[in-house]
Amino acid sequence: MRRDSKWRETLRACLKNKNFMIGFLILVSIILIAIFAEQIGPYEYTAQNPSVKMSAPSAEHWFGTDELGRDVFSRTVMGTRITLWVAFLGATLALVIGVSVGVVCGYFGGWVDRIFSFLTDLTWCIPGTILALAVVTLIGKGLTNSVIAISLVSWATYARSVRAKTMSLRTMAFVETGRAFGESSFSLMFRYILPNIVPSLIVMVSMSLPSTVMSTTTLSFLGLGSQAPSPDWGLALSNGIAYIGRAPWLSVFPGLALVYTVLGFNLLGDGLRDILDPHMKSM
Amino acid sequence: MAAMVEIKDLVKNFSLSQGIWAKDSRVIKAVDKVSFSIEEGEIVGLVGESGSGKTTLARVILGLTPMTSGSVVIDGIDLAKAGKKDRDKLHREIAVVFQDPVSNLNPRQTVESSIMRPMLLHGISRAEARRRAKEVLDMVKMDERYLDSYPHQLSGGQLQRIAIARALALSPKIMILDEPTSALDVSIQAQIFNLLLDLQEQMHLTYLVITHDLNAVKYISDKIAVMYLGKLVEFGSTEEVTEKPRHPYTKGLMKAAPILDPRMRDRKKEIIDGEPGSMMDLGTGCRFYARCRYASPECQSHDPQMDVMETGHQAACHHPLK
Repeated sequence: MRRDSKWRETLRACLKNKNFMIGFLILVSIILIAIFAEQIGPYEYTAQNPSVKMSAPSAEHWFGTDELGRDVFSRTVMGTRITLWVAFLGATLALVIGVSVGVVCGYFGGWVDRIFSFLTDLTWCIPGTILALAVVTLIGKGLTNSVIAISLVSWATYARSVRAKTMSLRTMAFVETGRAFGESSFSLMFRYILPNIVPSLIVMVSMSLPSTVMSTTTLSFLGLGSQAPSPDWGLALSNGIAYIGRAPWLSVFPGLALVYTVLGFNLLGDGLRDILDPHMKSM
Repeated sequence: MAAMVEIKDLVKNFSLSQGIWAKDSRVIKAVDKVSFSIEEGEIVGLVGESGSGKTTLARVILGLTPMTSGSVVIDGIDLAKAGKKDRDKLHREIAVVFQDPVSNLNPRQTVESSIMRPMLLHGISRAEARRRAKEVLDMVKMDERYLDSYPHQLSGGQLQRIAIARALALSPKIMILDEPTSALDVSIQAQIFNLLLDLQEQMHLTYLVITHDLNAVKYISDKIAVMYLGKLVEFGSTEEVTEKPRHPYTKGLMKAAPILDPRMRDRKKEIIDGEPGSMMDLGTGCRFYARCRYASPECQSHDPQMDVMETGHQAACHHPLK
């Protein structure tokens, strides 16, 4: 009968939160654009038209065309898919590594904790982009590889926070009671402790999505991520640099798309934090 | 009557050493050579100040903390030698209810799944577990409409009843109650104690009740065990321990309990001065030495041994009270 009251409460808080609502609408719009990218873009994103090279924004080409005569609007729209894929893959990888390490460290303590906490601290003390550059150089260029590289940097944030929460939860009476009637460590970690960390995890993920997107774009910009002819925004930005004086639309529009996306994720994260995890507000 | 729980020379030390760099050879003797037994169907109250090792003792019995030395035999199973099958049996036979009603249940699970979980874990079918969940909820006098509730929707008293219901789910033989009522209103405390007494009678359970509430302990237990800084200082039937305490600490503890009869309130109290000392640098003598009004040089140098009287009443004191 009152099973859903907590959900309804959360829903009401969501509707009242301006940050969350704006961020949510932006995210929904981006997802819709990504799904219907082919229908929205008037041209094929790889279609070259030598007669309209470097033309300024016009009625035919809303965002202008690039040095090969490709439609910038169609390319920017297609780039949305890449960005969303990056956000999804990056968050998932970092989450899986970070949560596993964090829960295991916090639950077992002792030498397991010491070894993994040392690794976490080590990851923290190397600048993220530099480490990601090193990893990409090691495993090779490409979008997926650059996302993997960034996840190998960003898991440490999750691990720390999850470890701390696990440590405080593992001594709670319900966990001890579970152990007393014979629950296995695995079950205690993932059935008892983890569900109680989920709200703060949701917040952490949405807060870290912008930086994942930005870092991947940075790698693409540096030529280590997506390769031509991908419509990746970072790649478009770096191509546009050469023509920034003559044809600013080449970099301005993908740049604005990036700003819009990151802003959306940031607002969503802020809103979710206020709704789900008010204690983190001061952080 | 057979002993349900038999504790012999139980020692639990905690090392103070922190990490690989900071070696510290000192240990805290949280439980130091404690021996007593609980008969089947008996209620034993375990009392003592904070830090006296009551909860550590309970945790050892529950298998949550490994013991340093000594032996604990529960229903014929030696805890130190128990294999997987024996431990499985113990998990079914011993249940626990902790102090804090709010953290006793998983905040993310409904009451029903909290109660069903131990049964599912021990191979009882879902349908049977569901039926039993209703049954145990009824035993703690709660309506089955609470099955779908989440812990945050319930009051402290209700949560504690549910924790008791979950403990009963596997039909245990022994219940460890670690201050089951300390966090509740006085009116609710009485209800919970009465409920526990009813259940004990109906199901012929064996209880180990850890509590600060001396009045409650007098009311519910058959026997009382008194601990002081890790040592068992007195053990005996409730009547003997409360009426004729032999250890000066027990006497002080009993005197410290609030007097319920208003006409008796002007009676002079002999309150124990000072605080329990540190668990770390214990001398060789009696641990109560510094606070004891009967202390003699012997008490400082020699730790008193347990002295058992004919009635089974035992105390560890060089100068037992008459």
